Amino acid sequence: MSGPPEARGLRSWLLTTDHKRIGLLYFWTALAFFLVGGLEALVIRLQLAQPNGRLVGAETFNQLFTMHATTMVFLALMPLSASFFNYIVPLQIGARDVVFPRLNAFSYWVFLLGGLFMNASWFVGPLFGAGTLSVAPDGGWFGYANLTSRQYSPGPNIDFWVLGLQILGISSLAAAFNFIVTILNLRAPGLKMMRLPTFTWMTLVTQFLIITAFPVITVGLVFLVFDRFFGTHFYVVQAGGTPVLWQHLFWLFGHPEVYILILPAMGIVSEVLPTFARKPLFGYTVVVYSGVLIGFMGWGVWSHHMFSVGLGPIADSVFGATTMLIAVPTGVKIFNWIATLWGGDIRGTTALHFAVGFIAMFIIGGLSGVSHASPPADLQQTDTYYVVAHIHYVLFGGTIFGLFAGMYYWWPKMTGRLLNEALGKVHFWLTFIGMNLAFFPMHFIGLLGMPRRIYTYAPDLGAGIAQLNLVSTIGALLIGVATLVFVWNMWRTRRHGQAAGNDPWGGATLEWSIPSPPPVYNFSVIPTVESRLPRWKSEHHAAMRDPPAAPPAPIHVPGGSMWPLVTALGLPVLALAPLAHALWLAFLGAAILLIGIYRWAFEPFEV
Amino acid sequence: MPSRYRLWLLPVALAFWGCAGPFPQSTLHPRSDFARAIDQLFTGIFWWALGVFVVVEMILLVAIIRFRHREGKPAPKPMHGHTVMEIAWTLAPAVILVFVAVPTVRTIFATAGEAPPDALQVEVIGHQWWWEYRYPDFGIVTANEMRVPVGKPVQVSITSADVIHSFWAPALGGKRDAIPGQMTRIAFRADSVGDYSGQCAEFCGASHANMRLRVLVQSDSGFAAWVRQEGGGAAPQAEGSLAERGRQLFARSACIACHVVEGVSQGIIGPNLTHVGGRTTIAAGLFPNDSAHLARWIADAPSLKPGSLMTRMAPPLTDADVAALVAYLQSLK
Repeated sequence: MSGPPEARGLRSWLLTTDHKRIGLLYFWTALAFFLVGGLEALVIRLQLAQPNGRLVGAETFNQLFTMHATTMVFLALMPLSASFFNYIVPLQIGARDVVFPRLNAFSYWVFLLGGLFMNASWFVGPLFGAGTLSVAPDGGWFGYANLTSRQYSPGPNIDFWVLGLQILGISSLAAAFNFIVTILNLRAPGLKMMRLPTFTWMTLVTQFLIITAFPVITVGLVFLVFDRFFGTHFYVVQAGGTPVLWQHLFWLFGHPEVYILILPAMGIVSEVLPTFARKPLFGYTVVVYSGVLIGFMGWGVWSHHMFSVGLGPIADSVFGATTMLIAVPTGVKIFNWIATLWGGDIRGTTALHFAVGFIAMFIIGGLSGVSHASPPADLQQTDTYYVVAHIHYVLFGGTIFGLFAGMYYWWPKMTGRLLNEALGKVHFWLTFIGMNLAFFPMHFIGLLGMPRRIYTYAPDLGAGIAQLNLVSTIGALLIGVATLVFVWNMWRTRRHGQAAGNDPWGGATLEWSIPSPPPVYNFSVIPTVESRLPRWKSEHHAAMRDPPAAPPAPIHVPGGSMWPLVTALGLPVLALAPLAHALWLAFLGAAILLIGIYRWAFEPFEV
Repeated sequence: MPSRYRLWLLPVALAFWGCAGPFPQSTLHPRSDFARAIDQLFTGIFWWALGVFVVVEMILLVAIIRFRHREGKPAPKPMHGHTVMEIAWTLAPAVILVFVAVPTVRTIFATAGEAPPDALQVEVIGHQWWWEYRYPDFGIVTANEMRVPVGKPVQVSITSADVIHSFWAPALGGKRDAIPGQMTRIAFRADSVGDYSGQCAEFCGASHANMRLRVLVQSDSGFAAWVRQEGGGAAPQAEGSLAERGRQLFARSACIACHVVEGVSQGIIGPNLTHVGGRTTIAAGLFPNDSAHLARWIADAPSLKPGSLMTRMAPPLTDADVAALVAYLQSLK
């Protein structure tokens, strides 16, 4: 068939294997979870706005901060990045889709079901005779053993967390293999590795981190599942186990995870800055290599989350030093971004605002990071609001600013319409002011002695701490208002936005050479790439010609499949089995999974 | 965008304004050699970080202001990179980090947690959600309030009876985790007399927020007097007094299952109460040790500290019973 008509209706979305539709599904789902995680944060901030807050009790508060972090890390930031991997990477490399489109659909459905599974815990308390509506996870996103053992956390709360994370890990792993194979194998002719757009490069590094880091947490979670359900003793002190084993496994995953969260945003910024400065990325090779280096070095620093454990002066010195070393490639990236802006013709679009905001905020997060890379200083800072400030400067000021830059930048490509720039600026400034009001005072709150993860604090902690907490809460509310402006902007421009055309920004990379949104086959003719910035004229190359509007010959596009969805449905059913203590559910889940895989494998090749 | 810079001033100004009050848990007011070493190290790092912050943010600001788009501006020169600059800005942070790393390593080894052998030994045992302190040299077992003499080295050995906690008294030094099945250590020498507050810093379950602590740094004579007091047995109650009725009530109710009062009971799950009347606070630093709070605590601990293992008595205690128990506990100086 040639240019198949755009399929419509719910069924077409359930069966889709089109990377662009899957990208949109990731986007809307992750955005919904982002709003949920944000609401959780607002309740936390309202509780802490003053001493002896009474909005929620201890148990609810513990659930809120656990689910806020778990949601933001696994259900909002990672999948928002994934929405750009899905939508943009195939376009940037001149491909018609990812290598394994059905596996891609499977990744999405597993992510959605895993997220719903974990969040169902908010409402199913009565089913477990809990006496409360909510049995949401309450052990922190880091789930430290042995607090998470059955002895100290007898309810189903931690079960939802550990089983939900196992499900989500499958999604991330499947997607990561898919994107590695896609980026390595589906590049357009002439698109050598060192011509890859920086975002695609950072995506590639991120996927390698995922396939190496997620198995580690999987091992840790399997141990925990066995301890909780089958009476093993991996983390049980009385039986010769040690809870510190969990910390090593968790942070051996957890630190690469930090780079899994930040590298895609760094990739986005590396696309946005050159486009709007009208200048190639300064030091492309160095930026790429420093990204790769950060990926490698991210593996040698995990114990900096554990300085207070008392691993001894030698271990502390080594992990302090390796952590400080990571500041070098990170600094190099920042200098190269500034050098990209330097001498440019900078268009102050909203995307550029967020990209520059990323640099400005990430510097702060990086510098506070150096202060707790120093183990003795960290002994005062760890587990206080100082660290909460740090992670929000890197994950909100960093990752979320980067993702917002990506949204304003690629939204026109994904929807065919531009977001409103005036509303965008309002969104940026409210977010920028809000986040600095919310998170900057936390540096002081922490240094003045307020630990994190406490549902209440006494007025004797200091009147100044109460005031700073109030400021922080006001900032958080401002971020909430800013987010509403953004949602309004998306809603409004969905119908009334200015049409984007192929290329509203004058971009240099392949995704801007095709219509917005792209036709289902993406490229009418697969382009041949002759330079790193194919759509810009350079000393040696003319700008490439965009592919023709209509394909010269019919293009085969794979149809949809229901089997990824069916297969994915098996996983939450399997996870329900231990929760419900029902063996038959395990057989049912396994049967769904196996039938799904079988039918998937033998699905007729549709032409 | 110069307004970006003004935005910075706001929280900073707020912070200074906030600094007016006393901050009993501040990390910036060190009162021991350990805490001072950390403070000094952090101060050095802070100034380096501030310098880098100002320089890099200024360059960024200059770039976005000076090179913003203007009509009729010629297209920028495509510049792909510059090897010398790349080397320069790789080396610059590396050199700065040397100035951070060297004092860091020095401080790590200087504060490695080993006190001289003649140091006062204190064992800390974290419990959900209170602290047990043992002084093996004096046979003292107490809870939530640690007392140490000023100017003397103290060796603190830390472990946990249940989940992981973290012992943290900021004025006296950095935190150290209390891990079941392991012994971790810190050492400090307090340099001024005072009442320093702290609290558990590792999330440890429902009432993590309510696991506070105090370290009372005392003069030599004050500390010696306390040791004498704590070293003795439980104080006797006058015949026929309310306190004596309280003791009888205590001895035949569920209290004895969890609490030690020397000569009366041997429970080990809760804090040792032999000298509870001499403490300044109850419930792990949550409340002042007075009749009203003691009464509320005895009557209904879980409502004051969520998750507390000290459940309400069934059948409930009468007000008269509670008053007797309060009198008894207060008599245990």
